[in-house]
Amino acid sequence: MKVLVPVKRVVDYNVKIRVKPDNSGVDLSNVKMSVNPFCEIAIEEAVRLKEAGTATEVVAVTVGSSASQEQLRTCLALGADRAVLIETDADAQPLGIAKALKALQEKEGAELVIFGKQSIDGDNSQTGQMFAALTGMPQGTFASEVKIADGRIDVTREIDGGLQTVSLKLPAVVTTDLRLNEPRYASLPNIMKAKKKPLDVVTPDELGVDLTPSVEVLSVEPPAERQAGIKVESVEELVDKLKNEAKVIS
Amino acid sequence: MALDRETLNQFITTLDRFVSDRLMPLEEQVSREDRIPPELISEMKDLGLFGMTIPEAYGGLGLTTEEECRVVRVLGRTSPAFRSVFGTNNGIGSQGLVMDGTEAQKSHYLPKMATGEIIGSFALTEPDVGSDSGAVKTSAVADGDDYVLNGTKRYITNAPEAQLFTVFARTDPDQPGARGVSAFLVDAGLPGITLGPNNRKMGQQGAHVCDVIFEDCRVPKSAIIGGPENLNRGFATAMKTLDRGRLHISALAVGCANRLIEESVAFATERTQFGQPIADFQLIQAMLADSKAEAYAAECMVLDAARRRDAGEAVTTLASCCKLFATEMVGRVADRAVQIHGGAGYMEEYAVARFYRDVRLFRIYEGTSQIQQTVIAKGLIRDLT
Repeated sequence: MKVLVPVKRVVDYNVKIRVKPDNSGVDLSNVKMSVNPFCEIAIEEAVRLKEAGTATEVVAVTVGSSASQEQLRTCLALGADRAVLIETDADAQPLGIAKALKALQEKEGAELVIFGKQSIDGDNSQTGQMFAALTGMPQGTFASEVKIADGRIDVTREIDGGLQTVSLKLPAVVTTDLRLNEPRYASLPNIMKAKKKPLDVVTPDELGVDLTPSVEVLSVEPPAERQAGIKVESVEELVDKLKNEAKVIS
Repeated sequence: MALDRETLNQFITTLDRFVSDRLMPLEEQVSREDRIPPELISEMKDLGLFGMTIPEAYGGLGLTTEEECRVVRVLGRTSPAFRSVFGTNNGIGSQGLVMDGTEAQKSHYLPKMATGEIIGSFALTEPDVGSDSGAVKTSAVADGDDYVLNGTKRYITNAPEAQLFTVFARTDPDQPGARGVSAFLVDAGLPGITLGPNNRKMGQQGAHVCDVIFEDCRVPKSAIIGGPENLNRGFATAMKTLDRGRLHISALAVGCANRLIEESVAFATERTQFGQPIADFQLIQAMLADSKAEAYAAECMVLDAARRRDAGEAVTTLASCCKLFATEMVGRVADRAVQIHGGAGYMEEYAVARFYRDVRLFRIYEGTSQIQQTVIAKGLIRDLT
């Protein structure tokens, strides 16, 4: 079984991001970039499926600039067999990315496509779902557990207030939640081996897709600064304020 | 083989994350329990940390000195006890074997040391043998095809965990100094070896040190590092491992200093006194600035000396300069870090109190600061005359 894992290059989760002064976006100059953490969970799950003998090949793919090769190399070091970069300098958006991935999937014919549930930069949580809709594949989103047997995949989903388990017929789409697994650290020997694994570059043109953005970002604002707290004189005053000002109790 | 920049950067990025996400959260627990969780040690093995300096031909990573220093600097950002787990396998516990061992010895031990299956430990120091390391009293007396070892080794790092000791013992009682000493590879399971109780140390809890006592312990003559022709040449083997080891400790000191500075800056910007963050006060700023400038100076020294060693230069004097400056530097940085933290710096809740104790060892082991000074001065005088 071939597993396709789309990943995204994002600002590292440890970086304290700064918004550009003109509010056009986030300042990316000299900022450490990494594989989106949810995508890393997706890679880890695919590699575990391979180690368990369920998957035969793990292919990592990303849509982005040539700098994204760095993140694909990380995926190869974590255990992916090969990688594909769909190279574009355009500001790719979920719909465009989903279309490009659909075109790649037509060539690859993966039986399972594992996405991260969302990227920590855009927070869209759209690409996996759009890809499933475009390809007509069944989807199990926000997975905290997956089990594959008899041409089906059972996906336990984290939903508000509990868990839901769905059974999908392969080929299928899964998006990963935080608790699906804990990704490993790449060892130096595996980082060295990753250099020798194949990394193919294709263009959106070659795949016959148009990545022109259809959504325009109007402005990006940093979170509002927290106001300083106040000190109250008595319990009665506290209860009064919680009731009438903050309106958190009634 | 030197790694390309991208590969080394990726490894360092991975390690940095391992340090931040896995090791740093456990520092306090390891210190309290004096024990490193076994699953963490397995993760270190998987990462290849036990075989960083062991040649690739024997299953190690074969890092250059500069690469090793860059990696160790990252590992220095967390408790030195973690590094101590694999420290001897990359340093004094394996390098004698790497540099002077016979092919049979290397292929027997090194692949297992590279994976961490065998922990190596270096047994030179004795109750009466410290800085005067050539005055070894432990004896090795030839008896048929064997040598019989008798004596006590003191403060032996990783001895409770070790499967293999590099033991320095006097094979020629008529030569009182360093010339009558040979280095033996001794399996820890041999009869006649007992371990003392773990020493209770000032810091670095989680790393274990104890006495190793040899009583009529028989080892084959083939156990001499480099074979029988290296009889009475063990001290030269010990000295050869020192340059690289001293650079390793220097890089570790730089890493610890960086962590202490991070902690100090974080505290100083949060803590307010007289209505403003203490980081706004120039006397606090002076301490931060001195620490940063000194840590940066030590870092530049270490990387320069490491590159020169990799290029084939003799760096004994420079390695001693690095060890002297970097370890004294981290002592000052730790002292300032506690001072910046004020009363909090004296409390166990803050990492700086623990680091203050941990880094104290760096000025002592693998050659005290005073030994480094004499090595440097003697080197200068020798070069002139």
